[in-house]
Amino acid sequence: MSGSETAAPPPIRRIWVWAPLVLFAAFGALAAFMLTQPKDEFVHSQMIGKPLPEFALRAASDSRPGVSIDHFRDGTPKLLNVWASWCLPCIAEAPQLEELRASGVEIVGIAIRDRPQDVANFLSRYGNPYSRIGADDLSAVQLELGSSGVPETFVIDGNGIIRHQHIGDIRASDVPTLLEKLAEAR
Amino acid sequence: MTMRRLVACMLAFLAAPLIAQNAVPPAPYAYTQLADPAQEAEATALMQTLRCLKCQSQSIADSDAPMAGDMRHQVRARIEAGQSPEEIRAWLVERYGDYVSYQPEVSATTWPLFATPALLIALALLVLARRLGRKRSDSQEAGAA
Repeated sequence: MSGSETAAPPPIRRIWVWAPLVLFAAFGALAAFMLTQPKDEFVHSQMIGKPLPEFALRAASDSRPGVSIDHFRDGTPKLLNVWASWCLPCIAEAPQLEELRASGVEIVGIAIRDRPQDVANFLSRYGNPYSRIGADDLSAVQLELGSSGVPETFVIDGNGIIRHQHIGDIRASDVPTLLEKLAEAR
Repeated sequence: MTMRRLVACMLAFLAAPLIAQNAVPPAPYAYTQLADPAQEAEATALMQTLRCLKCQSQSIADSDAPMAGDMRHQVRARIEAGQSPEEIRAWLVERYGDYVSYQPEVSATTWPLFATPALLIALALLVLARRLGRKRSDSQEAGAA
């Protein structure tokens, strides 16, 4: 290229001159494509297929007893609902939890950073589909589960193994999926 | 659905229920340092490299989210109980995946991030060496002519 005697570079070279531009266009296309893809903002639990931690939580209110690991080892699959009285989407999922309970599912609650009077108030306003509610004041059990917010719902099989995680409030369209996962865990 | 979202957003601005998550006092070690300065330094260094799961672009050391406070409590309590920072990081990664840690790790999925810059630098040096080498031989030829 520097020599003035070589008027035309060999043809192979001329093709390679375009390589950086093609590479740049490829990166541009990839970036444009990725911008159109929806972003998954959820941090999914890595504990699926693993056992629940050893834990025992005191009752979150007078209406229901507390929860320990032993309650998940009685052979029947259950839902473990991580919620809180201060959580707005938990209000939105209350009818769906009631529907699940009505179809024979046992729902165990864990209330995060909650006071007994707030829990009682929430249950009296939005219903109480729980068989037990444990109080997790330090989010300790929540962290053990790999859960990163409220509400989240886990399917636990009869041996205390975590089978499925549902992140966010349960919509009406999520109920069949949860029933299916509970049946699979049987 | 959109209506419900809108109402939820408006309620969020009122934020009265959100205040209620602070009705319970923070975890003992959320805002309290460990008595041993060496242990506290270890805990702080670790907390700065752990992601807050509620506010995903902050570390748990930076965040005032109650959940970040609960994670700081776990870190400090575990350091005090004699666990090493890397044990605690591994405990969290086992539950939340690599995303919870800000510390870069070379793994089966991340190795290209480390290999590509090295490869590009090597390539650039190679091209540079060839160019410079050619220029030198050109000028030598010009001098000889």
